[in-house]
Amino acid sequence: MNTLNEAPAIRVRDLVVGFGDRVVLDHLALNVRRGEILGFVGGSGSGKSVLLRTIIGLLPKRQGTIEVLGVDLGPANDEAWRALERRWGVLFQHGALFSSLTALQNVQVPMREHLVLSERLMREVALAKLEMVGLNARDGDKLPSELSGGMTKRVALARALALDPELVFLDEPTSGLDPIAAGDFDELIRTLQQTLGLTVFMVTHDLESLNTVCDRIAALADGKVIAIGSISEMRRSPHPWMKAYFQGKRGRKLSPGLSAMES
Amino acid sequence: MSPSPYLRAVDRDGKTELAAAGSWTASHATELERVIDAVDGDAAVAKAAAINMRGIEAFDTYGAWLLERLIRSHEARGQILPIVGLAERYQGLLEEVRHVNREATDAKADANFVVLTLETVGRGVENLGRDLVMFVNMLGSLCFAAMAMVLKPRSFRLMSAVHHLDRVAWQAVPIILLITFLIGGIIAQQGFFHFRKFGADDYVVDMVGILILRELGVLIVAIMVAGRSGSSYTAEIGSMKMREEIDALRTMGLDPVSILLLPRVVALVIALPLLTFLGSMAALYGGGLVAWLYGGMNPEIFIARLKEAISLTHFKVGLIKAPFMALAIGVVACSEGLKVRGSSESLGLQTTASVVKSIFLVIVLDGLFAIFFASIGM
Ligand SMILES: Nc1ncnc2c1ncn2[C@@H]1O[C@H](COP(=O)(O)OP(=O)(O)OP(=O)(O)O)[C@@H](O)[C@H]1O
Ligand SMILES: [Mg+2]
Repeated sequence: MNTLNEAPAIRVRDLVVGFGDRVVLDHLALNVRRGEILGFVGGSGSGKSVLLRTIIGLLPKRQGTIEVLGVDLGPANDEAWRALERRWGVLFQHGALFSSLTALQNVQVPMREHLVLSERLMREVALAKLEMVGLNARDGDKLPSELSGGMTKRVALARALALDPELVFLDEPTSGLDPIAAGDFDELIRTLQQTLGLTVFMVTHDLESLNTVCDRIAALADGKVIAIGSISEMRRSPHPWMKAYFQGKRGRKLSPGLSAMES
Repeated sequence: MSPSPYLRAVDRDGKTELAAAGSWTASHATELERVIDAVDGDAAVAKAAAINMRGIEAFDTYGAWLLERLIRSHEARGQILPIVGLAERYQGLLEEVRHVNREATDAKADANFVVLTLETVGRGVENLGRDLVMFVNMLGSLCFAAMAMVLKPRSFRLMSAVHHLDRVAWQAVPIILLITFLIGGIIAQQGFFHFRKFGADDYVVDMVGILILRELGVLIVAIMVAGRSGSSYTAEIGSMKMREEIDALRTMGLDPVSILLLPRVVALVIALPLLTFLGSMAALYGGGLVAWLYGGMNPEIFIARLKEAISLTHFKVGLIKAPFMALAIGVVACSEGLKVRGSSESLGLQTTASVVKSIFLVIVLDGLFAIFFASIGM
């Protein structure tokens, strides 16, 4: 993929976000390259979801610049936003499905909004998306209240991918999935990334997916990105939080090979 | 802009081949679908030996699915259409859509109009029956909870009941006073306007007094309360149901009926007679004021006439009805609230249903009471 001469998918400079007198993100800087899968880690309540919501324009920033897919979001007008929203997909931490629409209709919402498609094609593609995330056609007619937690996540992912976006934001996509489903999910993300040149910004606590699908990992602590790089670079980081995270009981257990190599 | 997609039959080594080009992506999906449908219907093209994808510039799920659709329709006719020249990186995507949409799931066919009407009627009747059962069920569990409360008064959520009393009674006072005052005035004005034609001015006071104390006072207040408090009960209970808060209560061994519903219903049952009393007074006041300003009847005369026209019985008839109507409103509001399913739409639906049903019930109750009081001579 031609990542060299293009602007980064996401470029955040000097970002400050806070609520009242609590500053959550403090002069944060981050680059996400085109076509990469970036895993984003950080303690609970460290501001990962806040960063994600700020980048997609749901929370106001106090300071700093954000560029997404080469568009500076600060001065962007409504039209630019609309064009941009067509090019990204978002999976919210709690699914955020529309409760009065069926799973299938949920997936069709962005299609209806941004594309002109025949009913037949829309139905077929939406069903295809649902099946690609591991649901079957019968689940398409269920309402969100009739879905299990993991199914909700899958429908939300199908909706995020509905328009074949260039960039997807995933907030803890594999939490609530069983390990097999989480593995399938990682594989799907890989396939899509390879075929569509998808860029993925993925907040996750799943060490397994950090290990297997993420090209790079960024860690958030104290309102800043304290480290960014491959998983082995993460393991070598001297920061105490990083040590606890990647070399704690769970972190070590997952890839004995790597730890053995290093020691 | 990316070039439009196309697909064309070309001759290659004596064989027909379909050559694809352009971008096969979401933004060109409609054009692409048209192109594919055209090719699919074309008999000459149908004999093509292969489809050559070398020329395409972009490819996504939409393109992949439409390609798959073309291939499947060939398969259905017993032909095989191999794909050649598809770039390596697109193979995975095509592989993904290969397995997809294999089960036939047509959108539901429209049923016959007659069948549809019959189905609607049938479901309506069934729902009516279920509503009745739910109403009785709710009434029963409330009575049960109330008995438990009488036996063990300390278990009653007094704070909660007081809080709800504040909301449904105290905070409702201004609007109830205003509305009943206006209604009283309007009735008096209409009375004077029409009775004057046959010189029956004096009887306006009888009409205003009896009508308001026996019927209108309680009816208007009950309808206002159903719209104001019944709906908010349904919405509150419904959204708690939606977020599984009620299930959470149950699992902690707490009874939602005695914790959530009973205090609300008790508050309503206390509030409605009080509001009815206040409302009736405001309506009489409004009637008197109009009688003075519009009908030219001195307040002293109005009061004297009123004393003759009405008795304590009329007043009692109105007040006796109030707690029963309150109970009906409360029971309907609670059972509709518990009927809410997961979606926000069902919350809206049940809230509407709660208001409509409780107003209907209030009026039916009023009719039954009219018969009852007439037969015991009150
Ligand atoms: N709308 C808001 N108003 C006030 N504070 C908020 C708001 N949203 C988030 N916060 C605070 O910002 C901090 C970061 O929250 P955030 O949701 O980003 O955490 P997170 O890193 O996503 O955690 P988790 O991994 O648990 O999802 C928290 O302390 C939270 O209380
Ligand atoms: Mg979060």
